[in-house]
Amino acid sequence: MVEDAPVALEARHLTKRFGHLYANHDVSIQVRRGEILGLLGENGAGKSTLVKMLFGLYQPDEGEILINDEIVHLRDSGDAIRRGVGMVHQHFQLVPVFTVAENIMLGDESTRAGLLDEGAAALRIRELATRFGLQVDPSALVEDLPVGTQQRVEILKTLYRRADILILDEPTAVLTPTETDELLKVLRELAEQGAAIVFITHKLREAIAACDTITVLRAGQVVGTTTPQETDRAGLANMMVGRSVVLQVDKGEAHPADVVLDVAGLEVDDDRGHRAVAGLDLDVRAGEIVGVAGVEGNGQRELVEAIAGMRKTHGGSIRFKGQRLDGQRAHAVNRMGVSHIPEDREKHGFIGMYSVASNFVLERFDEPPYARGVVRDFGAVEAHAAEMVERFDVRPRNIDRPMESLSGGNKQKVIVARELTQDAELVIAAQPTRGVDVGSIEFIHRQLVEQRDRGVAVLLVSAELDEILALSDRVAVIYEGRIQAVMPVAEATRERIGLLMAGDQA
Amino acid sequence: MSASPQRKKIVLALAPVVAVIIVAYLFYFFNSEVKTGAVLNGTFRDSTPLVLAALCGLLGERTGIVNIGIEGQLLMSAFTGFYVAAATGSIWTGVLAGALSGALLGVFLALCAVTWKIDQIIAGTVINIFVAGLTSFLYAQGKTLTGSLPQIEIPLLRDIPLIGRAVFENTPIAYLAIILVVVLHVGLFHTRWGLRSRAVGEHPNAADSLGINVGLKRYVNTALAGGLAGLGGAFLSLEAVGTFERGMSAQRGFTALAIMIFGRWKPFLAWAGALFFAFTSALARQLQFDQVIDVPPQFINILPYVLVIVVLALFAGRVRPPAAAGKPFVRE
Repeated sequence: MVEDAPVALEARHLTKRFGHLYANHDVSIQVRRGEILGLLGENGAGKSTLVKMLFGLYQPDEGEILINDEIVHLRDSGDAIRRGVGMVHQHFQLVPVFTVAENIMLGDESTRAGLLDEGAAALRIRELATRFGLQVDPSALVEDLPVGTQQRVEILKTLYRRADILILDEPTAVLTPTETDELLKVLRELAEQGAAIVFITHKLREAIAACDTITVLRAGQVVGTTTPQETDRAGLANMMVGRSVVLQVDKGEAHPADVVLDVAGLEVDDDRGHRAVAGLDLDVRAGEIVGVAGVEGNGQRELVEAIAGMRKTHGGSIRFKGQRLDGQRAHAVNRMGVSHIPEDREKHGFIGMYSVASNFVLERFDEPPYARGVVRDFGAVEAHAAEMVERFDVRPRNIDRPMESLSGGNKQKVIVARELTQDAELVIAAQPTRGVDVGSIEFIHRQLVEQRDRGVAVLLVSAELDEILALSDRVAVIYEGRIQAVMPVAEATRERIGLLMAGDQA
Repeated sequence: MSASPQRKKIVLALAPVVAVIIVAYLFYFFNSEVKTGAVLNGTFRDSTPLVLAALCGLLGERTGIVNIGIEGQLLMSAFTGFYVAAATGSIWTGVLAGALSGALLGVFLALCAVTWKIDQIIAGTVINIFVAGLTSFLYAQGKTLTGSLPQIEIPLLRDIPLIGRAVFENTPIAYLAIILVVVLHVGLFHTRWGLRSRAVGEHPNAADSLGINVGLKRYVNTALAGGLAGLGGAFLSLEAVGTFERGMSAQRGFTALAIMIFGRWKPFLAWAGALFFAFTSALARQLQFDQVIDVPPQFINILPYVLVIVVLALFAGRVRPPAAAGKPFVRE
């Protein structure tokens, strides 16, 4: 039935160049009413450029855009909005200190006698919210809302403007698995009510679960269009990177030696002062990867931060080769031989305004060879950085650019490169591949395994069960701040771990 | 749910006002009515340029432009206002010229900040230095004004004891400043213009993605804000003193920035802050005049600043400026 529905949005042979680089080359896509089109591709494949053209933020150099079978020239986002196109940006475009209603009506305000009429806006918002299952309180301040709810506000913003063509740019990148499921349900509901939806992602599982049609982009070109019925994850991954991706990590037998990290009876509070880690025991040996699996919010973050010296502990002990880590500051922990790939890379992983080169030596900048006395040696810093960007394939190679100008995948590569080249004896990797493209995921995984083979103890915390199962030698399941069970990966079936993650003893 | 923070805000706003009234009353009680009247008169007169300058600052920052050139805008408009009034013989033309010169400097600031994306602190400093030099250079002695702005007396209200004559026997710009406080409050928080302006100051990318012209909004609001400071400057030379002197803005532009922060970028709170500061200055002047306290005048003159620091420390708590203030807008 979707096949007979009218085409809502079509791109024909779009080309966009930046300088002499093709960001998009002869790209054609179409999406019908009631259809969810998945736009799949690695970071830098040209997905964002494409949707920016569809939303009027970029003008194509060649080709044409059709909305409801009519050729349109979109000069700015206002043009696109007027024609019923709505976009949910990857980074939310919400004013944190405004209420939900203020955010939604901004630019399309209801007024009465010249004054804002928030009541009228709230009424319409509630109507839309009920119709599409997007419950939200119009008078709440956006900054107080969880990420998933903020995204609902973004979707409501487009619906408020009567958009019936929705473009979502990596909407699941910031969501928890539960929130993702809810979002996918909402999208299906919207499609059933006649909307045409373009859903951008680099997560294969979501593309297969949520989309009717999937168009894969690579290096600015369309590689192919398929449907979930015709393909599977391996097939999509091949299309995305143009070669076979090892979703299964290639690794040999582990040779665990002495215990490097020994956590016993650990107690840690979360930001609100609630006990998040409650009597946790865990050990990691040299030469093995221990994966901590669990639903997010069960104390993983607090555990990692406590080990890394970023959070106060309230009981128990953390020992690294017999020395106490608890009570030490982050820098001291690092100097003792513990590397940390933080979960929130934007916040704890780098300094955005500093150059890529400086970010490579964040923990070492004041020591030889990167400093002589109190004077930094930029020559040494740059030489180091130049070597690192080659070795870890950081793109672009320019080490003078501010760190914040890099893509998410490349930022993560810089952090991984920095943390894994310190000759640490313990590596804590928290969500090491979150928001990173397939090629980089594979690379980071190989690096972690290499560390293990060199005799480093690796503690891996990840929300992606696939990642845990692919990398770990032993799997520990965390639930409500405690380790439910630890098992060799051979005994860790999805079913068993699923039960443990939900709190059942299995 | 929202009632208690709302109430807290009102209490915070009223606290300095109440404090002023209490102190004024005590002063009245221990002194004579004449002296108290003089202090209160001074309070309202001094508060006018301060509140106008603070409104200039907060309107700019609400839209994302940090304006430390207020000092220069005050001085320029005091200069322009006075000499235009002296040349044309019309005080009103002088006021208008003063406001326009402030607005013009606002446009210049926007040109630096929006079009050229120059650091806004540097742009503001440029304004201050440029104006200080220019007005000193062009300063000419011996000009006088013919007449001054009329006092407007509001009947009945002016008969209220103590504050009646201080508040309701004032010059037009003083009344206008109070009206502008209300207008700016309603404008910022209850109109489309205000919602969009604040969005531009908090999250310009969000505003941009909804088709709002960020640059234009910043230009217009910075110019309007400059006009407010310009009124304040014109008040300085045409109403308060009746002459122009070199450097006569006397750091009021920077004081206004402190008042803006104290007022949390809200017009009414800024007004309360301006009144409070002006009251302490007026009080210090009176104490000095009466030689009540036998200390060198320099120490009495620092009283307002010390009190502002104390009050800021006690009441400021966590202040949060508009998120995008001072940052040039670059489309993502």
